[in-house]
Amino acid sequence: MSYTRQSAGRFARGPAGGAYAPPAVERLSAERPAPNRIRRRARSPQWAALAFLAPSVVYLVAFYAYPMYRNLDLSLRDYTVYSFVHGGAPFAGLSNYASIIDDPSFNSTLIHTLVFTAVSLVFQFAIGLALAVFFAQNFRLSAFLRALFLVPWLLPLIVSASTWSWMLDTNYGIVNAALHAVGIGPVDWLTSPTWSLPSVIIANIWIGVPFNLVLLYSGLQGIPRDLYEAASLDGAGPWQRFRRVSWPLLRPVSAITLLLGLVYTLKVFDIIWIMTRGGPANSSATFATWSYELGFGNLLPEFGLGAAVGNLLVIMALIAGLVYIRARRRLLVS
Amino acid sequence: MTTHLTRRQSPRSRRRGTVQTAVGVLLTAIMLFPVYWMINESFTPGQDMLKSPPGLLPIDGTLDGYRQVIDQQLPYLGTSLLVSLGAVALTLAFSAPAGYALAKLRPRGGAIITFALLIAQMIPGIIMAMGFYAIYLSLGMLNTVWGLILADSTLAVPFGVLVFTAFMSGIPDEVLQAARVDGAAQWRIFRSIVIPLSRNAVVTVGLFTFLWAWSDFVFASTVDIGGGLQPITLGIYHYIGNNDQQWNAIMATAVVASVPAAVLLVIAQKYVSAGVTAGAVKD
Repeated sequence: MSYTRQSAGRFARGPAGGAYAPPAVERLSAERPAPNRIRRRARSPQWAALAFLAPSVVYLVAFYAYPMYRNLDLSLRDYTVYSFVHGGAPFAGLSNYASIIDDPSFNSTLIHTLVFTAVSLVFQFAIGLALAVFFAQNFRLSAFLRALFLVPWLLPLIVSASTWSWMLDTNYGIVNAALHAVGIGPVDWLTSPTWSLPSVIIANIWIGVPFNLVLLYSGLQGIPRDLYEAASLDGAGPWQRFRRVSWPLLRPVSAITLLLGLVYTLKVFDIIWIMTRGGPANSSATFATWSYELGFGNLLPEFGLGAAVGNLLVIMALIAGLVYIRARRRLLVS
Repeated sequence: MTTHLTRRQSPRSRRRGTVQTAVGVLLTAIMLFPVYWMINESFTPGQDMLKSPPGLLPIDGTLDGYRQVIDQQLPYLGTSLLVSLGAVALTLAFSAPAGYALAKLRPRGGAIITFALLIAQMIPGIIMAMGFYAIYLSLGMLNTVWGLILADSTLAVPFGVLVFTAFMSGIPDEVLQAARVDGAAQWRIFRSIVIPLSRNAVVTVGLFTFLWAWSDFVFASTVDIGGGLQPITLGIYHYIGNNDQQWNAIMATAVVASVPAAVLLVIAQKYVSAGVTAGAVKD
């Protein structure tokens, strides 16, 4: 990292520095009889940079900014199916947002979103950290087993979600069969309002553990080994070494992992939709599934309302995202 | 450092190592049980699927599920392959030059673009999907493969630019300077020096783009749900939606749909770990 910074500084001060000079200086140098060749060389990187950057800037505007704008526009108009296709939906101000907040399911959906996110994060992180510490001991086969742990994260979400659906099936699922074997009666995992949210949380934790493991493991690798040796010499046991060395030194990476996890978990849609469709009776609905359901789940789509819910989700994700970017910058500076 | 430690291993710590390996294998087995279960169920004959308790091993295994995959799901798999490769091509074409510019050409406003890329990664897919739906509807691009490729590429372009920027920053300036002295134009430097040196980044970005496009469900189920060519994720989704859910066929399809992930893990594990961390902590 430090190398990058140094070379960047050198580059800016190097022969191409003219491109960064403030306009006044540029004018001055133009008045002097500077050889044309040097001037062109000094300017060319800025043109080249633009040329190399232009496609992706256009791309970002066309395929991120514009869909976002369309989404915002959707949320501020009163759409029907007809006006969605043919245009001319009247401007409705914030009325879509008002009806979303007045909706009886708003509160429960907000709570589900927060519970889903918080519980998923806590368990993913705790399990991921425990596994990272465990694998950091570098025993035989540890690298191989650690690689296998990535599998849940790499599988298509629809594959994981449908496998969990079948495992949690009330009558034929392996989970209830195992519970039966230890004397616990069948649980309606996906079909009862009590258990639907825990079910999708369990599946989501399973999917998120590998991500936490990889990031925290690489964070642990960055802690100098002599610190552990010094702690051992001072008589620190394994728990002390974790508590006094790993935990404090891992804090920046932990913050990054949790914040990134927060952003990703707020976005989760596929798993919930495939396993429960947010049901039964909205018992596992989050903002993501609610937005999809309003926009695409019914025969009569409510694009305006769906977009409004989606934008609330964007705001939540962006707040988390901005905190993440700040924490990331602090980590890179240190 | 590790070799130094293992060389000094006492018999006691070696025994401890064996215990750790055993615990590690056990933990991995628990973690991967759902994957095993998917494979097991994909071989289970239809009538045994509803047995209680379910069989833990596919002893009277059948290939019926896989026969159904071949009969019914091949077009979906073909579409997924086409869409994923298309998304990879688009993503590489857009993100590699941008990464080079941000890493080496110090453009004005580079910091703003990096910031925009980070923000772009935060936007929930469902919001993008709704925007794309509205746009494609007015452009007549709904339910087309091209529309899906374009939408899927948005999953990876910001990630791609960030990975390329991080990687290309590590290329020594002296190498590029030397080429410039030799009179090479920027495009040639990029094509003949930067890209070959960035092979690892190309592989990482390509693999992740492929995997994300292959796994995409949100875009497929919104902008391509009525399409003539649909990806495998929708193939599975239609299966689940059927009233007579044939779970061994669903699980067989799921196994087949997981093949790219498995291949990726076997042939490119180091790129996978690199990719996970690159998006998160590297500059």
